Amino acid sequence: MSDTVSGLLTIAVLVAALAAAHVPLGSWMARVFTDARHWRVERLVYRLCRIDPASEQRWSTYAVAVLGFSVVGIVLLVALIALQGVLPLARGASMNLDTALNTAVSFVTNTNWQSYVGESGASPLVQTLGLTVQNFVSPAVGLAVAVALVRGLARSSGAQIGNFWVDLVRGTVRVLLPLAVAGAVVLLLGGVIQNLTSPTSVTTLSGGSQVVQGGLVASQEAIKELGTNGGGYFNANSAHPFENPTAVTNLIEIFLLLVIPFSLPRTYGILVGDRRQGWTVLAFMATLWGLMVAAVTWAEVSAASGPLGGLEGKELRFGVWPSALFAASTTGTSTGAVNSMHESFSPLGGGGVLFSMLLGEVSPGGVGSGLYGALLLAVLTVFIAGLMVGRTPELLGKQVGRREITLTALALLVMPALVLVFTGIGMVAPLVSSQMSASGPHGLTEVMYAYASAANNNGSAFAGFSADSPYTNLTLALCMFLGRFVPIVLVLALAGSLVAQRRRPVNAGTLPTHTPTFAGLFVGVAVVVTGLTFFPALALGPLAEALS
Amino acid sequence: MSPVNTVLKQSVAGLRAMLVLTVLLGLLYPAVVWGVGQVVARDQSAGSLVSLGGRVVGSSLLGQQWRGDEWFHGRPSASDYAGDTSGGTNLGAGPELDTAVAERARAAGLEPRTAPADALTASGSGLDPHVSPAYAAAQVERVAAARGLDVSRVRSLVTAHTQGREAGFLGQPRVDVLELNLALARLTAPSAG
Repeated sequence: MSDTVSGLLTIAVLVAALAAAHVPLGSWMARVFTDARHWRVERLVYRLCRIDPASEQRWSTYAVAVLGFSVVGIVLLVALIALQGVLPLARGASMNLDTALNTAVSFVTNTNWQSYVGESGASPLVQTLGLTVQNFVSPAVGLAVAVALVRGLARSSGAQIGNFWVDLVRGTVRVLLPLAVAGAVVLLLGGVIQNLTSPTSVTTLSGGSQVVQGGLVASQEAIKELGTNGGGYFNANSAHPFENPTAVTNLIEIFLLLVIPFSLPRTYGILVGDRRQGWTVLAFMATLWGLMVAAVTWAEVSAASGPLGGLEGKELRFGVWPSALFAASTTGTSTGAVNSMHESFSPLGGGGVLFSMLLGEVSPGGVGSGLYGALLLAVLTVFIAGLMVGRTPELLGKQVGRREITLTALALLVMPALVLVFTGIGMVAPLVSSQMSASGPHGLTEVMYAYASAANNNGSAFAGFSADSPYTNLTLALCMFLGRFVPIVLVLALAGSLVAQRRRPVNAGTLPTHTPTFAGLFVGVAVVVTGLTFFPALALGPLAEALS
Repeated sequence: MSPVNTVLKQSVAGLRAMLVLTVLLGLLYPAVVWGVGQVVARDQSAGSLVSLGGRVVGSSLLGQQWRGDEWFHGRPSASDYAGDTSGGTNLGAGPELDTAVAERARAAGLEPRTAPADALTASGSGLDPHVSPAYAAAQVERVAAARGLDVSRVRSLVTAHTQGREAGFLGQPRVDVLELNLALARLTAPSAG
């Protein structure tokens, strides 16, 4: 069997598995967020937290709850990391304070950028009590915000968009936890480790020595992928054989990181009472993902015809096709886990995964953030279409007026502003240029990749860039925080302004948002907006490198 | 309710929720997965360790640094397979990578233009346990000569340790270097003393 046939079959099996899974999972999530009853364990959580699950919140209270929960999460995580040396299971792990702050913001914002080295920076206690917990709750926050926005479209009176605490707990208990347990057990069977052994030095067969690592890896690995988190237990992330031992676990990990984002369009369709709307969003996400997989695979397979076979930075058990598939999927979902080193990709392959992030994490995006990102672009698309045909733009009968389009445009502009401004500063600041591992176009790509990864809450890296300095740790943390929470607050404000509107009846002048024409326009807007924003920078980085 | 009160109330709820969820997700969840691992996947949970003569010599999932002509060698590694850290070289196409490749080819005693790609490239983890069947084949004569074994015998050992694509189509054909060398060590253990 040739590599091409093997690669195409791998993609076919992945697509078939996702197509089969998104139906029950999408329907299940719709039930989870509309169910009138609470599970017993949930009621226990509400009682312990003194939360009234029956009371709903206005958008502003919902936003305060999101921010309060997240800031508390950052503070607790910084404290846990700072104190890891005096807590049990320390094992000599340590981080500087700026690294600790960067790490805490990174995991709370679902970015999982890692300035530290997993093997020496985080103790088993931090990995489990701190990082694994955030790996659950940060995607649950994204899910909650997405559902709140959908309620804004689905409801047609009142000011309430749900109860954040109920959405958070349900997303965690009913969606993420059961899937993570199942995923972790499958990964265990595939060879991922789960133990509390300290790193042990063994004498190798030829008389050398090697440290064999331990850790509660399987439990972290499953939620790392499923929650589109991406922070590796070890420095090499999913390239490490203890995190991703075989081609089978590799396929399972890719499936896990795509499955919730690709199921959410169905949830959306059910919640707004028109499944065709869900199909349109799914078609939009799948088209972009398919294009990015094709582009990155093409670039890497072309480079593999040389004497190095495209294998620098790639694992032999995977090879070129599964590495490219993982790379396009991890950057399209805001996961940021890697099974191969993106910096060693060909110029166009590395540029491709960078572009995949710059699309704004909507192909299919992170858990929850992918759906609300796509819906923002849908609002922009009906607005542009409305301007072209001279009609009042509306989405699902909700008018897109001045307030709605302002909130949408601001939410969409946060990420490009952060990426371009901080990359620009990085190119002239001696502090940053001294941390680059390459000069010229590759160096620009390296710095731009870092800030794109942070502002998009992706977390993957061109890892030659040594980011563990106070300036980069703090600026990247700022990009992660603003890139996550400014759009979230604006999305919730948008939900608040949509929920108050009565749904207008469909008439001859309504632009239908479930047709292939609209889906095409939708994809076009995403690509053109990203292209226009970033083309100059991409031309000086990956494109210049590919042409030289 | 005043805005300050709202912020305070929601933040306190956030603190309580973080603590409760930490017990569920940071303690119970990993413990359950650990417990399941102890029952259904004990060896895998521990790291798929392999031993020779009762002594643990490594993990079948982790590559090792091999010294001497009598062993099959693995791929180049950014960390020399030390295991205390992991990762790749992060080198992209360019003069630095060219220099590294020339050095790797010299170390492996291979001609850069005809050598198997995996012999010239460092992996992503620095702990890649596998080499391609082609790179294993390129080492057969050296190993056989160093051990005073029949070339055909070593070659059949390589064939026996060559794994095809998983489930027939996933990943790549490969040879686990530690498993192969263990078989070699067992083969010659009596004469080698």
